[in-house]
Amino acid sequence: MNKHVSILVIGGGPAGLAAGVSAYKAGIKDVLIIERDVRLGGILNQCIHNGFGLHTFKEELTGPEYAARYISQVEELGVPYRLATIVTDLQLSDDGHTKIVTTMDEQGGLTVYEADAVILAMGCRERARGALNIPGERPAGIYTAGTAQYFVNLEGRMPGREVVILGSGDIGLIMARRMTLEGAHVKLVAELQPYSGGLKRNIVQCLDDYGIPLMLSHTVVKIHGDKRLTGVTIAEVDDKLSPIPGSEKFYECDTLLLSCGLLPENELSGQLGVNLSPVTFGAVVNESLETSVPGVFSCGNVLHVHDLVDYVSEEATAAGKHAAEYIQSGIVESAEGGSDEKVTRVITDGGVRYSVPSLLRADHMADLTTIRFRVGAVYKDVDVVTYADGRELARLHKRVMAPGEMEQLILRKSDLISEGVPSEYRITIENKAGQ
Amino acid sequence: MLKKQVVIVGAGVTGTCIARELSRRQLDVLIIERASDVCEGTSKANSGIAHSGYDAKPGTLKARFNIEGSRLMPQLAKELDFPYRNNGSLVLCFDEADMGALNELLERGRTNGVEGLKILSGDEVRGMEPNVSDEVVAALYAPTGGVVDPFLLTVAMAENAAVNGVEFSFDTEVTGIEKSSEGYILSCEQYPSIRNGLDSPGSLQIHADIVINAAGVHADRFHNMVSDRKIHLTPRKGEYCLLDKKVGGYVSATLFQLPTAKGKGVLVTPTVHGNLMVGPTAVDVEDPDKTDTSADGLNAVIATGSKSVKNLPSKGNIITSFAGLRAHEDGGDFIIEEVSDAPGFIDVAGIESPGLTVAPAIGRYVSELVDGMCHPQMKADFTATRQGIPSVALADTGERRRLIEQNPLYAKVICRCELVTEGEIVDAIRRPVGAVTLDGIKRRVRAGMGRCQAGFCTPKQVNILARELGVDISQITKKGGSSGLLTGYPKDEKDITRKGGASHE
Repeated sequence: MNKHVSILVIGGGPAGLAAGVSAYKAGIKDVLIIERDVRLGGILNQCIHNGFGLHTFKEELTGPEYAARYISQVEELGVPYRLATIVTDLQLSDDGHTKIVTTMDEQGGLTVYEADAVILAMGCRERARGALNIPGERPAGIYTAGTAQYFVNLEGRMPGREVVILGSGDIGLIMARRMTLEGAHVKLVAELQPYSGGLKRNIVQCLDDYGIPLMLSHTVVKIHGDKRLTGVTIAEVDDKLSPIPGSEKFYECDTLLLSCGLLPENELSGQLGVNLSPVTFGAVVNESLETSVPGVFSCGNVLHVHDLVDYVSEEATAAGKHAAEYIQSGIVESAEGGSDEKVTRVITDGGVRYSVPSLLRADHMADLTTIRFRVGAVYKDVDVVTYADGRELARLHKRVMAPGEMEQLILRKSDLISEGVPSEYRITIENKAGQ
Repeated sequence: MLKKQVVIVGAGVTGTCIARELSRRQLDVLIIERASDVCEGTSKANSGIAHSGYDAKPGTLKARFNIEGSRLMPQLAKELDFPYRNNGSLVLCFDEADMGALNELLERGRTNGVEGLKILSGDEVRGMEPNVSDEVVAALYAPTGGVVDPFLLTVAMAENAAVNGVEFSFDTEVTGIEKSSEGYILSCEQYPSIRNGLDSPGSLQIHADIVINAAGVHADRFHNMVSDRKIHLTPRKGEYCLLDKKVGGYVSATLFQLPTAKGKGVLVTPTVHGNLMVGPTAVDVEDPDKTDTSADGLNAVIATGSKSVKNLPSKGNIITSFAGLRAHEDGGDFIIEEVSDAPGFIDVAGIESPGLTVAPAIGRYVSELVDGMCHPQMKADFTATRQGIPSVALADTGERRRLIEQNPLYAKVICRCELVTEGEIVDAIRRPVGAVTLDGIKRRVRAGMGRCQAGFCTPKQVNILARELGVDISQITKKGGSSGLLTGYPKDEKDITRKGGASHE
């Protein structure tokens, strides 16, 4: 017997929690959060450093404390959830309306749910050594920063003593500080790009404060060690990111931590046939955070990688609300707009890499819509300019923008449609140096 | 001194296939392996192909055993339950001027006895394999070609040999072999490990009536300890890239390019598990233990593989790369014989491609050599079959329900990329010749072999290994020896003595 739920949320991390709470508060009590770990909270449970919640709660919390704020809401409201349960299959029913979700867990075995709506909140994974294709041997001692973080913070064990970090993503920066505090020697952080991939505040608080050098435009070109890592060769790279011959230098170390980017985990979304963006590797969504499959919503790091959990919560809260509206409206329609509905495409160029959402249906828009985007390089003293079919809507001066920091702008619906629903809403960067 | 009738040096695919055949006989057999697990040398890093046998020069041992091995493989895969798929292979020809060489290959294959060979036109090839390059003008099609899991072939052989009484000594390195009045004395170093429970290195002497030298790229060293007729092996390195299952269906047959002097060249093939694999290069090296990859090598793999197909989907899809060493003997053929000036010492040396395919046939042949030396009785109670570890990922809903009913741990997913459960991991550890390392688990049940490459499941696997083996998590290694994963406690907990693999699960 298949079980029916109105909204099934896949993932009980920050996105899933906020989405579940929001859908429940919006009136859909028949929600179910499926979490694969033995506790709610997702990756926040191993993020024991502070700095979470400044936007949402106006105070500095640790990861577990931030998660606890949402978990207690789940408990108080009585939002249903299941732990230690993994979604193995996600399919559409033959009529395309019902989402068939198969789960597996030690206690319950196999369970099949029929859900009217699904919120994808599976988070992301770290790019591993294999995907980076770093040449050399294959010894122990190479970890993604997150795996090392799990060992140190949750197992109370050290994954190494002499550490080199490749990539300046936020988890790598946080782990540079954590490993140092726990008695390891962090030699350096090498970053392939000419700019850091992490937040400015993390570079200051995790590297500068501990005298850990950040070597921009450098990468690991060889891994040494038969059984355990004995060292890495690091080289400088040119502006095409290719190693410069002759710049190689050997660094002795027993540990290499990788913090080279995060990838949304959209394997399940792929099973459903959700359209994915080649830039974010997350779903293509409209103003309601709804994917190309009607009634399937996406939020948090599975949609696009965030740097602050506060924005994950905000986005997921919106996704939960929209999913509830979808159920309450009782109308099943195409997420990309009905045949007679005009959809505005969000175009990004001039250095803006992507936006979320990337489709706008004017008649579904609230008065204000948050548009999040990232830039592809470091920009100083530039204007972010938006256009509706060539008509300038807004111009915002930015002192500095970097790929490691997500940007956002608030779009007023009345501005967008003041001269009718445009076919294009463009976000671009102007007044770059020399232009 | 330990006394054994037969000692096999090396627990690769060749050694374990020989052991399995010998275990049919009433013989006291020991395999010595310096690594912590089976399949740690050449056997773990190769193309995973069951070659059909058109390539070897007629009259060579390679040709003879290839045909036999190719014919044995489907049946063996059923008996011993390891993954094998008959996907056929194509040798691509890019230039009309090379048609002579392609026809020569066809003739050679027919002489060798390969069934079903035929030459296809470029369009026929693209009809079969739409992604094959437009440059291809013709191809030799070998319908009997297949893909096999080299780890599980080796593991299946080892398990079955163990069930039938063969003993294994891991973490044991043979450092010397001397002739004695009746047989050989092997001097060994033993390294501390979870399997042998040693705290410090030890040494061991073993007397063997018969020694079988299946030591891969090290076989020349052992041969030369007992014979004046020296042999020489060259480690020939091959680098590979393994691609995500998302692109595993890019080709269905194994695509070779016309062979070169150094081997069968770079191939593009689906693996038996549905990944796409590209490689190998062929570079002669000095060090028989160094399996490092290089930027040049990996670039060459992709560049050469890109010749075979249109737009090789390598970008963003490479999940790992690796290198293996083939044992190339100067004479170019296998050496499988009793050494002429060392009676009772059998060489199984120079086992390069098609070594994986031929291993079961070599096992039979070497056992017959042993029969000729000591005429053992056959066992009446030989167990000929073995059941593999169930795969939850491959099971359909009904099978999954049955498995979970049997053992709820089959519902507890540890590796989410490959959907591997705790039940399968525990099986891998508890089996005869079970896994004791992360790599051992990976090769048996594929945990950590997926796109995240064990980022999420490493801590979980470490805890399961420690629990099952009854050790602290600090003793768990990636691949035995000094490949430990953890280096102690954080600063403020340095003096705290803790016992057992404390877990947060």
